[in-house]
Amino acid sequence: MSVLQGIAASSGISIAKAYCLVEPDLTFSRNTVDDVEIEVERFQSAIAITKGELESIQEIAKKELGAEEAAIFDAHILVLTDPELIAPIEDKIKTEQVNAEHALEETTDMFIMMFEQMDNEYMQERAADIRDVRKRILSHLLGVKVVNPSEISEEVVIIAEDLTPSDTAQLNRNFVKGFATDIGGRTSHSAIMARSLEIPAVVGTSDATEIIKDGDIIIIDGLNGKVHINPSDEIIAEYKVEQENFEQQKLEWAKLVNEKTVTADGHYVELAANIGTPEDLEGVTNNGGEGIGLYRTEFLYMGRDQLPTEDEQYEAYKKVLEGMDGKPVVVRTLDIGGDKELPYLNLPTEMNPFLGFRAIRLCLEELDIFRTQLRALLRASSYGNLKIMFPMIATLEEFREAKAILEEEKAKLQDQGTAISEDIEIGIMVEIPSTAVLANQFAKEVDFFSIGTNDLIQYTMAADRMNERVSYLYQPYNPAILRLVKMVIDASHREGKWTGMCGEMAGDEIAIPLLLGLGLDEFSMSATSILKARTQIKGLKKSDMEELVNEAIQMGTAEEVMQAVKTRCNL
Amino acid sequence: MAEKSFKVIDETGIHARPASMLVSVANKFQSDINLIHNDKKVNLKSILGVMSLGIGKGEEFKISTEGSDEQDALDALENTLKSEGLAE
Repeated sequence: MSVLQGIAASSGISIAKAYCLVEPDLTFSRNTVDDVEIEVERFQSAIAITKGELESIQEIAKKELGAEEAAIFDAHILVLTDPELIAPIEDKIKTEQVNAEHALEETTDMFIMMFEQMDNEYMQERAADIRDVRKRILSHLLGVKVVNPSEISEEVVIIAEDLTPSDTAQLNRNFVKGFATDIGGRTSHSAIMARSLEIPAVVGTSDATEIIKDGDIIIIDGLNGKVHINPSDEIIAEYKVEQENFEQQKLEWAKLVNEKTVTADGHYVELAANIGTPEDLEGVTNNGGEGIGLYRTEFLYMGRDQLPTEDEQYEAYKKVLEGMDGKPVVVRTLDIGGDKELPYLNLPTEMNPFLGFRAIRLCLEELDIFRTQLRALLRASSYGNLKIMFPMIATLEEFREAKAILEEEKAKLQDQGTAISEDIEIGIMVEIPSTAVLANQFAKEVDFFSIGTNDLIQYTMAADRMNERVSYLYQPYNPAILRLVKMVIDASHREGKWTGMCGEMAGDEIAIPLLLGLGLDEFSMSATSILKARTQIKGLKKSDMEELVNEAIQMGTAEEVMQAVKTRCNL
Repeated sequence: MAEKSFKVIDETGIHARPASMLVSVANKFQSDINLIHNDKKVNLKSILGVMSLGIGKGEEFKISTEGSDEQDALDALENTLKSEGLAE
């Protein structure tokens, strides 16, 4: 038995067999065979097994995806039994005395080339069908397994290098109980996915796929970021207790789904969720989110080869606004550039992407992109409680310019008779220290602030959050950070405005007491953190936390602050 | 031998799904069945053959059958083409 340490990406514990989602090794060499009849038989039996396999996948696909989607497998089965394909392969084995693998590859190559050369795009794509079928036959000839997550029919944990959106779409949610990946961090796609599916996950283990074999018994400890491989009975028993406790705790939390978040001394705060797509709404509702504190619109622009149209965006925004049924939805305008690339924009690579041409800086240059998004938002505004937030604002001029463009688009749409909500609040992300320091000026012009702590911390500490060697400088509890947060919250309150927070810090159990004491109005976090945070806040008195934070901002180090919170709140 | 000509009316032509259907129907019969398009003749029991022709909308093709059940095969294929709105 051994234990891998990774990053806890989604809380909970699962114990199940490993299912390794890795590309199989299908390499082989050309061999001469003595007995061609036996080789032909070997080929025919591989075809028969493949056919059975495809038929069972087709059955599952029919049930899970519907007849329309399953029809593609009809074509695959017909390719597999195609006399014009099979006969030449068998001939080749016989006349050239070669192994079946080689005959299969040469013959299918010919067909693949033929389809790829056709001038019809649809037909060119059929080459992929032949490749897929060939891969299956080869795997049976070579006796290696081709992974096919849709055929999983027992409880498993998925072990993969990384999980792409299309991988996760194929996973049967009834059977997949957790996952562990080699790469990724808390904000990688696989981690976000795990939290929205509410299954335990550990990411960034480096070598899970190297060490873990199919069928190994695995414990995914999504609370501590550990992956146990073939653990002893004692360890399994311990984890079963812990799993039980966690489930128990979740049930306790679940009782608070429809409750307001009110401290022990009667102060109300809003607990909202961060989302990336309309599909995340279900998790928000299930976890008692009182609003959306950050809708990251980048996902609309990513994983495609051209910009999304105004209508596509409008549909997505409308869906989120309607889905939240009048609860506040803070939409962040496009935050792209720098490290978050869109290949189709052809932006030059930068030496220092976090300090470069990104977010609002890009939008104020690429006005077509910006205006399209603003129009889509304005058109959707009448379907709910929309608030628009500009990211990476460093100067008042940037805010004024962005707001003026928004007003222009609003006037144009209204001239055309489009219905637009009259109550759209316009705010900014506070993630650049200059903006935090000058918050009292900004507060006169914006409707709200949302503090983006991930970036505010890295800019304040001058420490790249992607660079592990300086990760010790990522200090949310550093009194310097607390003072900046305090400046922003105080400035907004003096002008009768509100402040939210949408970084990881807002859902952190050490930070929550401090933020409560500073008077933060809205806490936005992963949906699955909401009920835990609500439980914690209900047990705290705001007046006590004010006292605590006033001491904290006078301290010298993050460590002292952390100890003070732990002692005061019994953490 | 039996044979008949058709004209494709389906928007996308004889692509994977209709080709699968035709090949599945053809496979039920003993006869040799061929599809002829622009002087090219392919085995209608071969999906790769049928798809390789890439027959598009408005194009004409001919099906010929030869064997013990040639008329039944031709009727069945004609039936499929028409009921699926692929050709007339």
